[in-house]
Amino acid sequence: MLSIKGLHAKVDDRPILRGLDLEVGPGEVHAIMGPNGSGKSTLANVIAGRDGYEVTGGSVRFLGRSLLSLTPEERAREGVFLAFQYPVEIPGVSNVAMLKEAVNALRKHRGEPGLDAMDFLKLARERLKLVEMKEEFLYRSVNEGFSGGEKKRNEIFQLAMLEPRLAILDETDSGLDIDALKVVAGGVNAMRGSARSIVLVTHYQRLLEHIVPDWVHVLADGRIVRSGDKELAVELEQQGYGWVNSGADQAVGVG
Amino acid sequence: MRTAHDASTYVAAQRDAAADLPAAGRRWLDQCRSAALAQLELTGLPDQSNEDWKYTPIRPITREAFAPAQAGSDCPRQFVVASTIPNLDSYRLVFVDGFWSPALSHLDDLPAGVTLAGLGQMLDNDPARIEPWLGSALGSEPHGFIAMNSSFVGDGAVVEINAGVVLDKPVELLFVSGCGGSGRLSLPRNLVVAHSGSQATVIERHVSLLENRSLSNSVSEVIVESDARLTHHAVQQESPRSFHVGGLFVRVGRRAEFRSTTVTLDGALVRRDALINLDDEQAQARLDGLYLAFGRSHVDNHTHVVHHAPNGVSREHYKGVLGDRARAVFHGRIVVQPGAQQTDSQQRNQNLLLSRDAEVDSKPQLEIYADNVKCTHGATVGQLDEGAIFYLRSRGLDQVQARRALTRAFAADVLERMVPTALRSYLEQQVNDRMQAVSEIER
Ligand SMILES: Nc1ncnc2c1ncn2[C@@H]1O[C@H](COP(=O)(O)OP(=O)(O)OP(=O)(O)O)[C@@H](O)[C@H]1O
Ligand SMILES: [Mg+2]
Repeated sequence: MLSIKGLHAKVDDRPILRGLDLEVGPGEVHAIMGPNGSGKSTLANVIAGRDGYEVTGGSVRFLGRSLLSLTPEERAREGVFLAFQYPVEIPGVSNVAMLKEAVNALRKHRGEPGLDAMDFLKLARERLKLVEMKEEFLYRSVNEGFSGGEKKRNEIFQLAMLEPRLAILDETDSGLDIDALKVVAGGVNAMRGSARSIVLVTHYQRLLEHIVPDWVHVLADGRIVRSGDKELAVELEQQGYGWVNSGADQAVGVG
Repeated sequence: MRTAHDASTYVAAQRDAAADLPAAGRRWLDQCRSAALAQLELTGLPDQSNEDWKYTPIRPITREAFAPAQAGSDCPRQFVVASTIPNLDSYRLVFVDGFWSPALSHLDDLPAGVTLAGLGQMLDNDPARIEPWLGSALGSEPHGFIAMNSSFVGDGAVVEINAGVVLDKPVELLFVSGCGGSGRLSLPRNLVVAHSGSQATVIERHVSLLENRSLSNSVSEVIVESDARLTHHAVQQESPRSFHVGGLFVRVGRRAEFRSTTVTLDGALVRRDALINLDDEQAQARLDGLYLAFGRSHVDNHTHVVHHAPNGVSREHYKGVLGDRARAVFHGRIVVQPGAQQTDSQQRNQNLLLSRDAEVDSKPQLEIYADNVKCTHGATVGQLDEGAIFYLRSRGLDQVQARRALTRAFAADVLERMVPTALRSYLEQQVNDRMQAVSEIER
């Protein structure tokens, strides 16, 4: 599904990603953990195609095709979705208006007819339930005045609407209360499937109790320095990141 | 120092036409016209040495003189029908090059206590009813274009709502310019009088029949007596080759409420003046504005709110969207006279630049001569938020869709406050269509 090899990327002329490798197969859930500033969001933004992130080496392939030459909307239409660490507020553009245009842009790309207002609303109501959001959120401006947790829920609602093939969730669990975490995790789990891969960026093992990953990676200094199964997350929770770089002989799990 | 633009062709044209203007020979009216003419001759048309016209060169207007339009030009009925606002139920007066066309108007079932008529007809038949109001809201030093309008004053709309009458439907004044050929000048003068405790909505729309080089010089005087509530929407949607100079002159009485929205969708050069006098205690005014300027358009909004008495409230919010090489000017002057204590006044001007070559001059001007007042103002000029554009693109909207959605969102709140809804929807659609046609969004 997603194949990243030797990825180097700069932000503001500062090298952030420095030879990153990552393979995500169809239907797999990968968790990426790592210290603040190690480059997790940078990776997410590079995959989504944000301006200002300059790729200086390596490749990112999605379903066998290079992503790097595609515009952000082309990537979205191909099935890449990013749940933002800091979702942007867009006053004056309602959730429903944005999503209707987005859903229909994706459908058009796939050669499917656009949804009319009725069918769209039906789908939206159904997906709102998945993340236990009230219908009024549909008509509010995108993220405007949403609480931190509501913004994160709204990201997952959008994920559910857009049905991507690859979803990258950048710290979707941060700022969620315990109940909300369960709801959001439930929403993500409901979206799991053999044709959909998920990359979870998180600092907390707790999320991974709800969304059990197939793989856990540690990103430090712009590279994946350790990979393992879900036990790696437990270990990190107990010991922090200090030991990760201290020696290969302490490696756990699979590589 | 440069001198003002010479107005002698217009002065001469007025002298030629004076004897044929409606109710010529009535002393008070002749005096009105000749005083205005003398002023026009003396001051000429404003140039940039005039502080109020500093950023608006009128050379494109003066380059080639316009000839005052004649009554009786034809405007096809289909055009009027095609220009109507969908689902808007209104009493409609239609003006062809500034002259009232009873045949194209629609005044059925007008309730008692409401007068809707052409000014020319009123001047001929019942001048005494006009005399107290004509010119009464213009203020002391109207500029050359206003003087020009006054010197030719002859036709336009008269809207009079008797005391206590609540008008059930909006009054729509549709001004069609460019009917009599290229190079025409239309000079409508409108009078709106809302007597004590009455309520009404007046929609003033300016459209072009053809893409002619034309000049509309349109002046509206509005009197809102005590406890009355009047809403006035001015929509300027003439062709990209038309020039528009418009003025809204308002007097608001005790506890009365005046609301207005000024929307400019198109035009080569558009200058709108608004002078709002809050004459008496607890008078309120809300002025909203939205201007779109693309290509090489120039849009200038000049607002002047004067608080004369205690406990007045004024709210002003103008927003502009500019692309290509367009220019906009916003000059918002607020004066709080001595004794106008507890005045509560807010002014905001926000501009969105879609291109590097577009330019805005925004100038707030507060003059406060009372000590216990609350006045705030703020002006911003900004671009679309790149973070928001990326967010939308990451959801699958392309550049154009994303920029258009954000631009629409910027313009939305001014329109959102508009009543009737049919007008609001119509304008939302117009703004949308305008965006659709603009290359700038696609950068
Ligand atoms: N636009 C930018 N301009 C300058 N530096 C940037 C920019 N974006 C990211 N960086 C820098 O790149 C580094 C990696 O940032 P990134 O956001 O990818 O970290 P992260 O791993 O997601 O951290 P966190 O866990 O705190 O979210 C940081 O040092 C950050 O300051
Ligand atoms: Mg991050």
